[in-house]
Amino acid sequence: MTGPVRIVDTTLRDGSHAMAHRFTERHVRDTVRALDGAGVSLIEVSHGDGLGGSTFNYGFSLVDERTLIAAAVEEARQARIAVLLLPGLGTVTDLRAAADLGAGAVRIATHCTEADVSVQHFTAARELGLETVGFLMLSHMSEPEALAKQARIMADAGCQCVYVVDSAGALILEGASDRVAALVAELGDDAQVGYHGHQNLSFGVANSVLAHRAGARQIDGSLVALGAGAGNSPTEVLAATFERLGVETGVDKDALMDAAENVVKPFITRLPVMDRSSIVQGFGGVYSSFLLHAERAAERYGVPAHEILYRVGERRYVGGQEDMIIDIALELVAEREGAVGV
Amino acid sequence: MRCRSVIPMSRSRAVAAIVGPGNIGTDLLAKLQRSDLVEVRYMVGVDPASDGLARAEKLGVQASAGGVDWLLARDEAPDLVFDATSAKAHLAAAPRYAEAGIRAVDLTPAATGPFTCPVVNLQEHLDAPNVNMITCGGQATIPIVHAVSSVTAVPYAEIVASVSSRSAGPGTRANIDEFTETTAHGLEVVGGAERGKAVIIINPMDPPMIMRDTVFCAIDPDADREAVAQSIHDTVRRVQEYVPGYTLKAEPQFDDPRPDWNGRARVGVFLEVAGGGDYLPAYAGNLDIMTAAAARVGELVAERILETKAVHA
Repeated sequence: MTGPVRIVDTTLRDGSHAMAHRFTERHVRDTVRALDGAGVSLIEVSHGDGLGGSTFNYGFSLVDERTLIAAAVEEARQARIAVLLLPGLGTVTDLRAAADLGAGAVRIATHCTEADVSVQHFTAARELGLETVGFLMLSHMSEPEALAKQARIMADAGCQCVYVVDSAGALILEGASDRVAALVAELGDDAQVGYHGHQNLSFGVANSVLAHRAGARQIDGSLVALGAGAGNSPTEVLAATFERLGVETGVDKDALMDAAENVVKPFITRLPVMDRSSIVQGFGGVYSSFLLHAERAAERYGVPAHEILYRVGERRYVGGQEDMIIDIALELVAEREGAVGV
Repeated sequence: MRCRSVIPMSRSRAVAAIVGPGNIGTDLLAKLQRSDLVEVRYMVGVDPASDGLARAEKLGVQASAGGVDWLLARDEAPDLVFDATSAKAHLAAAPRYAEAGIRAVDLTPAATGPFTCPVVNLQEHLDAPNVNMITCGGQATIPIVHAVSSVTAVPYAEIVASVSSRSAGPGTRANIDEFTETTAHGLEVVGGAERGKAVIIINPMDPPMIMRDTVFCAIDPDADREAVAQSIHDTVRRVQEYVPGYTLKAEPQFDDPRPDWNGRARVGVFLEVAGGGDYLPAYAGNLDIMTAAAARVGELVAERILETKAVHA
């Protein structure tokens, strides 16, 4: 399958994880202006865990996300600003506030088996006249057919594009495209299908190409890969790759490379990298945003981050259960102390 | 039958009805059958094919699918009613219970009466015509926030409730905002935090995970940590009196102030809530803590009703 693809940028949302939620209004204005100028038509801006994510458990935002959303809306000339919402964390009240600030789209994310918790929010989003996107997080945990059934729940609730979201960067080639194909078959003309990749095992861009061939029409990226874990598929690489493949994206790859080099790279505190911990996340199927929290717990309790993350994977914790990281760190400490005592 | 089937004289127990014969109502019935203060005489639903009604009937409870109309037409009206239906149904029925002088323990999100948590504020509401049980996450976490706020000021409290997918019913799923908003409000008005925030996570793992709750409270860097920890331990023991499976997974964790915490320190409390396994499975601690707390409230309200009756006799 060929056809145009829309590249959606999430530097200012997924990148919030890598920045420990320390984006400033300046960062947001400069990045939105560059993305907007490069022709990106949908730009996501929120706390990494979505509206209302500024918490002890996920990290407090340096600047209130509503200030950042308003700034993004002001800077965008052609692009629409999207916000992320995780039901159970963010609420319809938060969504209304974002819409009042001028957000034009919402991406509503649930665990890949729990789509029915989003019905309330899709209903509200459509009433607010927002463009709607659904995120099935940690999609690797569901088989393609089961995932497609969950996508159907979102589409029936008013979602216009359902994403296969590889939150753990765990999908490898057909693992991604088979899921996309199952969603395309299920949804037909009722909704589009999208793909959101992470680089933990280095498959973000390759999976995106296969996802497009399987029928995905929206693909996520982040400038310089700024995102959770080892980062997202880099927006500038997606643009160059699709152009080389002759797939129309509507974005200017050179302007995106310029944005990556000259706008984002100078302000970031950490360039996402495939290090031991993030590879373990991809291998073990761990939600990518757990990375910094595991590193912090590792430092606080003196146990290795990758051991914590291996255990998170074994326990099959899902997005949002960052509190379990402290639990596991304490468990590892207790086991070590027990071992010393023997 | 064993000698346990000899029921204490009904005079000595308050007469109760459970409205809503679903999972919650059925589990509540199992718990109240052990009570010396509450006699569940009626189980009421609206669906004649309800398993819960059939089950109640087998246990010797008068069961009917005739709804609140049937209940209010009984010769002997109940002293109190436990409502395990829905917010909408409770809003419609609450004025009728009040008019009939029937005390209501509301397990729905309707919240027409005051938020009630047995170890925190039940004494204040023993005479209220209608008390509300907040949410499952609230019953699990508000006692801890209150334990901290009774020692030192809590400008902000946050809770994360992780529940198994199988224990999250259609009502919760259709209106998950109601859970987060009601629980957050409960952390403030009952827990004593200036500002509350609640998060719920639904986890589908199999075998199902037992309910977990994490409570984070912002506290002053100079707060008496030993006194805070002691207060938390004392509270856990008091909750254990009605929810034996309510335990600390680890000692309370104190973290020094960080720049992004507004100069505040933090105490983190990690709870596991295993249910009693009466009707609901043990992993569904989130549902169990609701029924256990409601049973506790019902018993104390029943005690008050019986005292009043004795005085007037």
